[in-house]
Amino acid sequence: MKLRQVVNELNLEHLCGGDLDSVEVTGGYTSDLMSDVIAKAKKGDVWITNQKHLNIVAVASLLNLAGVIVAGGLRPDDATIEKAKEENVSLFVSDLPAFEVVGRLYNMGLRTNAG
Amino acid sequence: MEVSNRAEGLKETYDVAGRDFSSAGAASSRIKRILQQIGVDQGIIRRIAVSSYEAEMNLVIHASNGGRITLDISPDAVTILVEDDGPGITDIKKAMQPGYSTASDEIREMGFGAGMGLPNMQSCADELEISSEPGVGTTLKMVFMNR
Repeated sequence: MKLRQVVNELNLEHLCGGDLDSVEVTGGYTSDLMSDVIAKAKKGDVWITNQKHLNIVAVASLLNLAGVIVAGGLRPDDATIEKAKEENVSLFVSDLPAFEVVGRLYNMGLRTNAG
Repeated sequence: MEVSNRAEGLKETYDVAGRDFSSAGAASSRIKRILQQIGVDQGIIRRIAVSSYEAEMNLVIHASNGGRITLDISPDAVTILVEDDGPGITDIKKAMQPGYSTASDEIREMGFGAGMGLPNMQSCADELEISSEPGVGTTLKMVFMNR
């Protein structure tokens, strides 16, 4: 599904990056441990996390993730948003707890990406 | 092919500043871009990106004065050499164990220091060699076969 569909369905706030109508979301991953994410998240995943510091951008960019959803009403600071703009990483925030975000994405048919 | 021939023998070194979380990941991004430009297989690029990122973060988190990452591309393999000037690792065997970490609470709160860095690198690289002398520094060499 397209990123646009995810954004609309979950009513995400889009902070920066990416063309919502062209980016394809192929799966999802959730974790707040950077080493876990870098090892296991796959290209095309949306990453749901409660981390909001600058380093989420490098991880998302290196893995070619479809986007990062910072959940739980947390907000990345301006430096993180600037970095995401530079790297063209799509960054979103949701007031919903991470559990709820993941659950809704699962209901929409997204699964853990095997590839 | 033309592009890949040009890149044969390519060698570049990147300085990584210690404790500088704002530019952490820059060297890994650069390495990934180069590998993409010369058309290295996507699966190999992923393994190298994961490993170089883990190594880069180790320099940022642990190395007192940062360190250097050298990318060395030959027709057969991509080698990543990571060097720093300390503090060194006292027990490499322990450091290689999943879950073992000496990172501070502050680092852990950022989601780093879970003790998965070296194990991740080991599972991604075709060859991994690490040597370290406390007070002197650590050298980590990872080889990825280009097949």
